[in-house]
Formats: sequence, C-alpha cells, structure tokens
Amino acid sequence: MFDVNKIKNDFPMFKNNKEMQGKNFVYFDNASTTFKPQSVIEKINKYYTTECVNSHRGDYDIAHKVDEQVLKTRRNVAKFINADVNEVVFTSGATMSLNLIARGYGEKFLNKGDEILINEAEHASDVLPWFEIARKKGLIVKFIPLDEKGRITLDSIKACVTDKTKIISIAQVSNVLGYKNDVKEICSFAHSKSIIVCVDGAQSVPHMKVDVKDIDCDFLIFSAHKMCGPTGIGILYGKYNLLNEMDSFLVGGGDNITFDLGCSVSYLNPPEKFEAGTLNLAGIYGLDAAIDYINTIGIENIEKYETELRKYAISKLEKNQNLIIYNKDADSGIITLNYKGVFAQDEATYLNSKGICVRSGQHCAKLLTNFLNANATVRISMYFYNTKDDVDILVEALEKGGDFLDAYFN
Amino acid sequence: MPISIDDKMKREIIIDHYNSPVYKKTPANVKDFLQIHMDSVSCIDNIYIYLKIENNIIKEAYFDGVACAISTASTDILCGLILNKSKEEALYILEQYQNMIFEKEYDESVLEEAVVFSNTYKQAARIKCATIGCNGMKEIIDGKK
Repeated sequence: MFDVNKIKNDFPMFKNNKEMQGKNFVYFDNASTTFKPQSVIEKINKYYTTECVNSHRGDYDIAHKVDEQVLKTRRNVAKFINADVNEVVFTSGATMSLNLIARGYGEKFLNKGDEILINEAEHASDVLPWFEIARKKGLIVKFIPLDEKGRITLDSIKACVTDKTKIISIAQVSNVLGYKNDVKEICSFAHSKSIIVCVDGAQSVPHMKVDVKDIDCDFLIFSAHKMCGPTGIGILYGKYNLLNEMDSFLVGGGDNITFDLGCSVSYLNPPEKFEAGTLNLAGIYGLDAAIDYINTIGIENIEKYETELRKYAISKLEKNQNLIIYNKDADSGIITLNYKGVFAQDEATYLNSKGICVRSGQHCAKLLTNFLNANATVRISMYFYNTKDDVDILVEALEKGGDFLDAYFN
Repeated sequence: MPISIDDKMKREIIIDHYNSPVYKKTPANVKDFLQIHMDSVSCIDNIYIYLKIENNIIKEAYFDGVACAISTASTDILCGLILNKSKEEALYILEQYQNMIFEKEYDESVLEEAVVFSNTYKQAARIKCATIGCNGMKEIIDGKK
C-alpha cells in the first residue's frame, strides 16, 4: 500500500520532535489538526517568497500567476470531492463554512416555526450557528436521538422529520464517537421531503473518499488543516443553484462588480460572491499541495490503512480491563475512552509524560456528555502516518494509566 | 509540614484530597458567600469558589464543580490553608503558592501540604489546573479589600 516510515520522513514535525518529555514522540491528536508535509510548507513558502502579491485583476505577470494558482487549487479541490469548480468556495475553515450556510441560506430562507435537525454528537460549529439563527428567526432546533451506541439511523431521522423540517445538518464522521453516518441514504430521504442536507466533512474528507455527486448532499464543509494543509483555509461546497440564491454574510472588496451612491450593489457570481476581502492566498497554495500529497498516497489507501490500524488498536486496548472504550464498533480512526476512576485530563497529562499527544475534554461536543455519562473523555485520533509502534506505545502506557500522578513525580 | 516529605507521601496527599476533598461542596446558605465562577478554554475545569469573609477573616471556604485531580486537590488544600486567616494573610499564602508553581522564590513555611504541587512545572499544560482555585480566591479577596 504505502511505506509509513518513508511517509513519516515527509513531515518535519517528526524530524523536529523525536522526543517529548524524554520519550518517543507519538501524535494521536489528528482529529484536532494534522501535521504538514514538506511539500505543503514549500508551497506556502513559494507564495511568500516568490509570488507574494494579491489575487484578482492584477495587471502584471506575478499577479496573473497568483490568479492561476487560486483557480488551480479550486479545480484540485473540486476534483477531490467531485464537485464543479464554481461550487467550491474558499473560507477560513469548517466553522466559517457552517456559519456561512446558516447565515446565508438558513437565515434567508427559513421562517418562524421551521425546524432544523441536528444531533447531540455534533461539533459546536454545527450547533451554535443553528442556535443563533433559531434565536433570531424563531426557528426550532431539534435533536435526532442517538441509538444505544451513539449512532444515527435513518429511522431515527424519519421519526423526527415533520413538514416543518427544512434542514438536516450532520457530520459524516462524528468527531467524538467516530461513526460514519450514511449521508447518501440520509440525503436521498431528505430530498424526498424537500429538506436540504448540510454535511460536516471535517472528520471525513481527510480520511475517506467523499464524492458530493454520489452523496448528493446540498452542502459539504471541511478544513484544510485536518488534511495536511495549512490552518485558516477551508471549503464550503454547495450546489450551484443554492449558492446562487443564498447571501454572503461577509461583503466587501473582491466580491462585487459594481455599487453606486444609491446603495445598489451587483455581486459577483458564486463562488467569488462569498470571498470578500483578501483571500488566504498562502493557505490556498498550501491546500493545493496538501491535496496533491493525499492524492499521491491515495485517499482509498488512507482509509484502508486507518481501518486496519484502528482494528489493531482496539484489539490491544480492549484487553485492558481498566479502560472504558466508548466506540469500539466505530469505523474511523477515532477512539474515545476513559481509564476507570481517572479524570480524562489527568489521563491525558499522564500520556503526555509518556510522550503521547492525545486530547481530553468534551471535544467541542458538549451536548454529548449526557449521552456518554462522562464529563470528559480521552480521544485518540489517527492519521495515515501513525504506526503500529505508536499504538504499542499507547497500549503500554495505558497499562499503568491508573498511576497518573507519575506525570509529576517521575 | 516536614521538609523530609517524600514523593510517595506527596502523591498520597494529592490523591487523598482528590478522592475525598474536605471543602468540595456548595454551601447551603450560598447567598451569604462571595462567589466566583472559574473556567478555562484550555481545560475542562469548571468550578465555583465560595468564601465567607467576616471582619476581614475568611470564615468559610468551599468550591464545587467539575475538575481534574490537580485542580480539585489544589483548591481543596488552599481552602484549608486560608481558613481563619485575615485577607492579607490569605493573599500572602496564595501568592507564595503561585510563586512556587511558577518556579519563583517562595516562602515554603506558609504552604504546608500545598508543597505537593511543587512539581507542576513538569506538566506545563497543567499549570492552569493547579492555579485555577488560587486565582479565583485571590480575585474574590482582592475584590473585597
């Protein structure tokens, strides 16, 4: 498939962090953000060192190169998710993309009493924008119940849908429980009821093949930094007719054709309509290289590799009787657990003392704590550069996970 | 607090105050207390601190909420330390505690059990947890000066 040790050499973070706390460095916080290969860093540098001018209607050679690169990245993203190039909007990240949909579409087209369906496992960025527009416009946010394992089923969605339901917003892969939701099936049902579906792809697009035409989702959003790209750049995919009719909540330079003293404005067509202000050009350069890098490895290979690595990790972790694993049956690289009797943050600090980066807390899914009956959890999240050795180090450290004060006294 | 306290004892003290905190509760007559809510984006700790100050003396001290071992144990120990102290004495103790956490010169003689946190610097990400209670107490007392 691919040689993971060779791949690791592509990432300066591994070269520059051989150890943490005097131990071999292991990074299992990829659901938060991922490392960047040298090619991405070089591409960002290329912008700053050789093509550092603004995009949009530059009348000189270098400005033209920048415009070409912006279009190249847009095409690369479009191909990656099987969209049309004009359906790809650059945003600052998944959070901005979701805000843009809520404000630009939801606030414009939903009316008092209309319902938005989300669920308790959603990330704050797929909850709060809906809360905000609900408060402003008298909309109702409803929660699709999770099954006993924390999954969403089509039946549970069907049970929640009424003739007032206008939008379903759902993560393709939950960032805490890591289940893959069958968004294709959900879209098919939703469209039969004229419901718009917004898919949060922040935890799916970096790890599996996502084809917007196959899924037939109305919107898909994701961030570059979770897929080896830079921070501060992300994507909003929307079906062109939807993008065309919705408003941008950010207006200003770069998104309009003309305006006059009578406050009359003519905006550009999508996607530029949504891209007011100077774009994160270095980010756009970097995202292009990130997609190239992932394509070189192959997104299907990445998914296969992570599935195997997860299976390996679960098979080892489930032997540890002191662990509560909340999502044994999930199929992504996210494993959420607690060590019995140890507060998640104390466990994460202990793992830090063993050189292992994990995240503890509520992982921005604060509504899920009721479901899990745990104030906080430890989240292990993998990417294609993690190895079985990494898993072994984690498993060994967790053998003595009860001695969490070792972090301060050893 | 003898200087000879060893690491094993330190660990036992932390665990003891974590598992069986003395001052972790919301007082029944909560309206008689000065209170502050402390939380942080960098950790899960989310606690309320309650102090009753009469005639310049800390008469009662409690805390409650969700907190890790380090913040629970440190807040619990500090509640005990400032009890029945004048505001000035309490502030002095809290400042010495902070100095210890931030690896500055400090007066160990007033810290008693709180010296168990002298190793916090080893886990820099947890300094917030070790100081969340302390910061809240200082804010309440300072505000009432």
